[in-house]
Amino acid sequence: MSKLPKSPRQEASRRRFLRTVGLFFGVVGTSLATLLPVIAKLVPSRLRPPGAIDEPDFLASCIKCGQCVQVCPVEAIKLADLDDAMGVGVPYIEARVQACDFSCDAVQCVLACPTGSLSHTIVKKEEVRMGLARVAKPDACLASKGLGFKGLARGEHFKGLLRYAKIDRWNPIPVREHPYDLKLCDLCVRQCPIENAISLQSLDNDGKHKLPVIHEACVGCGVCEMICPVEPSVIVIDERKKWGEA
Amino acid sequence: MGGGVKGNLEALLVMFGKQPSKPKRITEEAKVLHLVKKEELKNLTKAERAEFRRDLDEIKQGVHSNKWRNRRWLSILTINLLFTLSFWIDIQLFEGSIIASRVFGFHMADVYSALQVVFAYKIVFINLIIGTVTVIIIWLIFGGRAFCSWVCPYHLLADIAEKIHLKLVAKKLVKDHPFHRGVRSVFWIVFALLAFILGYALFNSINPVGMISRALIYGPSLALIWVFLLFLFEVFYSRRAWCRYVCPMGLTYGIIGALSPLQISYHLADCHHEAACNAVCEVPHVLDCVKKGRADKVVMDIGTDCTLCGACVDVCPTQSLRFEIKGLSLIS
Repeated sequence: MSKLPKSPRQEASRRRFLRTVGLFFGVVGTSLATLLPVIAKLVPSRLRPPGAIDEPDFLASCIKCGQCVQVCPVEAIKLADLDDAMGVGVPYIEARVQACDFSCDAVQCVLACPTGSLSHTIVKKEEVRMGLARVAKPDACLASKGLGFKGLARGEHFKGLLRYAKIDRWNPIPVREHPYDLKLCDLCVRQCPIENAISLQSLDNDGKHKLPVIHEACVGCGVCEMICPVEPSVIVIDERKKWGEA
Repeated sequence: MGGGVKGNLEALLVMFGKQPSKPKRITEEAKVLHLVKKEELKNLTKAERAEFRRDLDEIKQGVHSNKWRNRRWLSILTINLLFTLSFWIDIQLFEGSIIASRVFGFHMADVYSALQVVFAYKIVFINLIIGTVTVIIIWLIFGGRAFCSWVCPYHLLADIAEKIHLKLVAKKLVKDHPFHRGVRSVFWIVFALLAFILGYALFNSINPVGMISRALIYGPSLALIWVFLLFLFEVFYSRRAWCRYVCPMGLTYGIIGALSPLQISYHLADCHHEAACNAVCEVPHVLDCVKKGRADKVVMDIGTDCTLCGACVDVCPTQSLRFEIKGLSLIS
């Protein structure tokens, strides 16, 4: 049988079959390759938008439409790109660049999510649990050195937005348009959008040296990380960390 | 008029990858017409034959109307740019992207993307059902794969790639490498299964439709490199490869289209059987009926894999191919 010479037609059909097999493994292989970094956790986890359900479920349910991006008044939510290696089009927040400051009041991104990746059981900002703030570099904190802060929190080129309720109740403004003059730096406490989430505690008896302390109410929105004038930020957000967890 | 159950089943099978076959039964009227046309062709004068050939050459060189192409390009650009504009000027009328959106407050979700999410997440979310059903209803009305031709942003890019590819083929610089069409059905099943097994909608990571849509709205991304590679693949290696052999989104809309009244119909009587339509068609297997002696009825529905792009309507010199709503002629 095998010695019979193949007709050109058979030969073309055989080639087409092999090509098709190649196409199949090429396409499926490429798609699997995009998943490898996610499985291998090659990249550090990212801060997810408010209401994000557990990471595996979050990744499973996100349809990558970007509706959460569109409704955010401060455009805190970004979509992952190819080089972020965690699923093209999955939303995340880079708090240092632009934190979620709840300018929208009613967790708009949660309402916008069509697949429940952002849990609709959340209706108030206080219920959000994105992570927990942590004082990562206490020695660098201005307050711990007894220092004040004068000027622009993040410099004149910083593009981040924040809602200053006393200036404009409804619209967030650029942080660079809001200079400060503080005897003792308390920016992280002052700008925190959640009540009782963070406070300054004295390090000594005369109250000149203080350090921020995070409380259970913290939702991990990242405003403290964004506003901290020290470079790199004294306070950072531990993504998805829950109160009481090591 | 109308395909009848058997015709639709055959059309579905052809869409899933079956080779179109000769019809087993041909209606009496069609038989008569086939015979009459055979005689007519025999009796053509030399001059008439030459005219036929000249017409066909002109059509193949691009001398024909581009009415439907222009309309559908305008449709693709308008719909996609409305999403972009809506975000830029923040009017929130078209929120989201082609994959899932809220248009004037109505939830919409691409059917295959939604299916993957349901398989991956294993929980069905009410807004997603509403969005998916809305989209199914829309494409039941507007003809299934019409999504591909009239909305999909990759389609426009693929149109351009196809144009360049055909020019290069004409100059004998490249050759088309066809694949087995059945592989698209395999992709459909495999990516649905992978979503279920991995708990992750894997196909979206390589879906050029979502990538382009997001890039148009939220700004260019590196993911466009993949889209560009697909573009090159279609220009230099295989004509219209993604739409023909891969895209499970398109296949899903094709299945919906099987039940749609909007389609392109073929009228045997005036057809010259020049196959100009075949040459321009994105999915030429749906036009198998235009071959001599193949049509089993005098008026036929074009297969459900048809994207209703109208390219065949544009090139047909005898108006034998027409947009129709189940017998109701749109253009006569």
